[in-house]
Amino acid sequence: MGRLANLIGLVALLAVPMLGVSDYVLHLGITILIWGFVYTAWSLMGRFGLVSLGHGAFLGIGAYTVTMLWNHAGISPWLGIPVAVALAVLVAVLIGYPCFRFRITGHYFALVTLALGEIVLMLIVALRDWTGGSLGVTPASALSADVSFSLVALQVSSKGVFFYVAVGLWLLGLWVWKRVDSSMARYALEAANEQEDAAASVGVDVTRTKLTITVLSAALTALGGIAYGQYQLYINPETVSGIAKSLEIVFAVIAGGMYVRLGPTFGAAFTLLLAEGLRVAFGHDVHGLDGTIYGLMLVIFIIFMPEGILGRLARLWETRRAPTSPRTASA
Amino acid sequence: MLRVEGVSAGYGSFQALFDVALAVEAGEAVAVIGPNGAGKTSLLRVVSKLIEPRTGTIDFDGHDLAGLGADEVTALGMAHVPEHRRLFAGLTVEENLRMGAFLPAARKQFSTRLEHVYELFPRLAERRDQIAGTLSGGEQQMCAIGRGLMSGPKLLLLDEPSAGLAPVIVQQVFDMVQRIRSEGFTVLIVEQNIQQVLRVVDRAYLLEVGRIKASGAASELLASDDIRRAYIGL
Repeated sequence: MGRLANLIGLVALLAVPMLGVSDYVLHLGITILIWGFVYTAWSLMGRFGLVSLGHGAFLGIGAYTVTMLWNHAGISPWLGIPVAVALAVLVAVLIGYPCFRFRITGHYFALVTLALGEIVLMLIVALRDWTGGSLGVTPASALSADVSFSLVALQVSSKGVFFYVAVGLWLLGLWVWKRVDSSMARYALEAANEQEDAAASVGVDVTRTKLTITVLSAALTALGGIAYGQYQLYINPETVSGIAKSLEIVFAVIAGGMYVRLGPTFGAAFTLLLAEGLRVAFGHDVHGLDGTIYGLMLVIFIIFMPEGILGRLARLWETRRAPTSPRTASA
Repeated sequence: MLRVEGVSAGYGSFQALFDVALAVEAGEAVAVIGPNGAGKTSLLRVVSKLIEPRTGTIDFDGHDLAGLGADEVTALGMAHVPEHRRLFAGLTVEENLRMGAFLPAARKQFSTRLEHVYELFPRLAERRDQIAGTLSGGEQQMCAIGRGLMSGPKLLLLDEPSAGLAPVIVQQVFDMVQRIRSEGFTVLIVEQNIQQVLRVVDRAYLLEVGRIKASGAASELLASDDIRRAYIGL
């Protein structure tokens, strides 16, 4: 079933823009795919107990580096992207190396990362002369009534085209997940997560293993931030950095399920549709309603469904298929 | 095979080991005995480089271990079976053993070594698909030792294999150690259960508040009045 179902799903997904669906539906699709990619990137490390509460930092570094280079120096995103990703990797190493070297794990690691997203937000606001501060910034437009696509500026006005970019990015995330899953690194990470000493004593270089997955996760998250910026053609510190954004990632992943490959994407779809549903139902009249509902649901999820919606479904499916199997679904 | 000289080590401002010297020759089984808090576990941790010594040298099989990490020491042929077993509780028995053969060199020999471990501990073969965290204490110890053997070590470090086990099981654990010895493995074992461990090793060191207080053949120490009075209570 697996391979064929994947193929059918992918073809159906690729056909979406050709079905003449409205721009609004396409917009939802693109947003889900971009955030699905970011959440997948977060889960690469999150599912091994490396819970980062500061991934907003990498989104912000990605989106702002590319936009600043383009707006202030005229440097094409083609160059800006590698620079931004390198910067995100550098920050990941600066935070990750001391943590892993000195064995800061679990809650302590989460707390160290908590400040990170906020620091980037404050930096963006403080550098308002360049970044536009909390008002946000628009990448200098290379588009006009006649020009719907600029390769140099990596800007495109057609949502249909961007949909394919988003699909490509999302598939990249899933592919990386699969590569990690089928490598020895996965065993090493699981071992390091469960018993750090024992992992070291069977020959796992714990620091390097953790650092590698962190760097990978940070780099992909930065890419996601860049994609979001190039799609919206408007970024603002609240939407690509800060604690709120960082925690949003965590919530969505917990809701969707971080131990199954499509769980983070499911989380993206779930939270986005929830937010849209609330917006349509209540408008902006009841201020803070979505935050309250998010908080309530987070509590419910953690207590009753810690493996997430998709994780729970996958487990039900497994146990139904193999009721006598001593093991339940793993990853 | 292992030569420890002038080693001091500790955690933060606390010093656990003072100028410790110890040697293990190839084919020997050596015990480090001593009361709770004597620094026995710290000694093994420093030998396998889970912690850095502050002073002194550790030489293993002709390699100076200064500056090496725990994973590199494992690659040189030392396997540390940590205190309280530290199994990967969520993995099955066989997955735990697979982790033991994590190093590329060991991965190649995985199936032969696995067979060997199962021969040595048939109980593990019966339980190969069971989640390690659900094994009994004795079986967990078996699994932990098996995991250590999977890397094909020249020297096996055992940290209190009898800790937390029922008296009947303790006997079985020492039988296991005996079996490993007869396979020709070199073993350095740390134990509180002095009477039992002295029956399966050749030599022993007595560690007290971080210092080596006595050493000698196991039979001599077992006969020594001081040790009998102080630790065995007979």
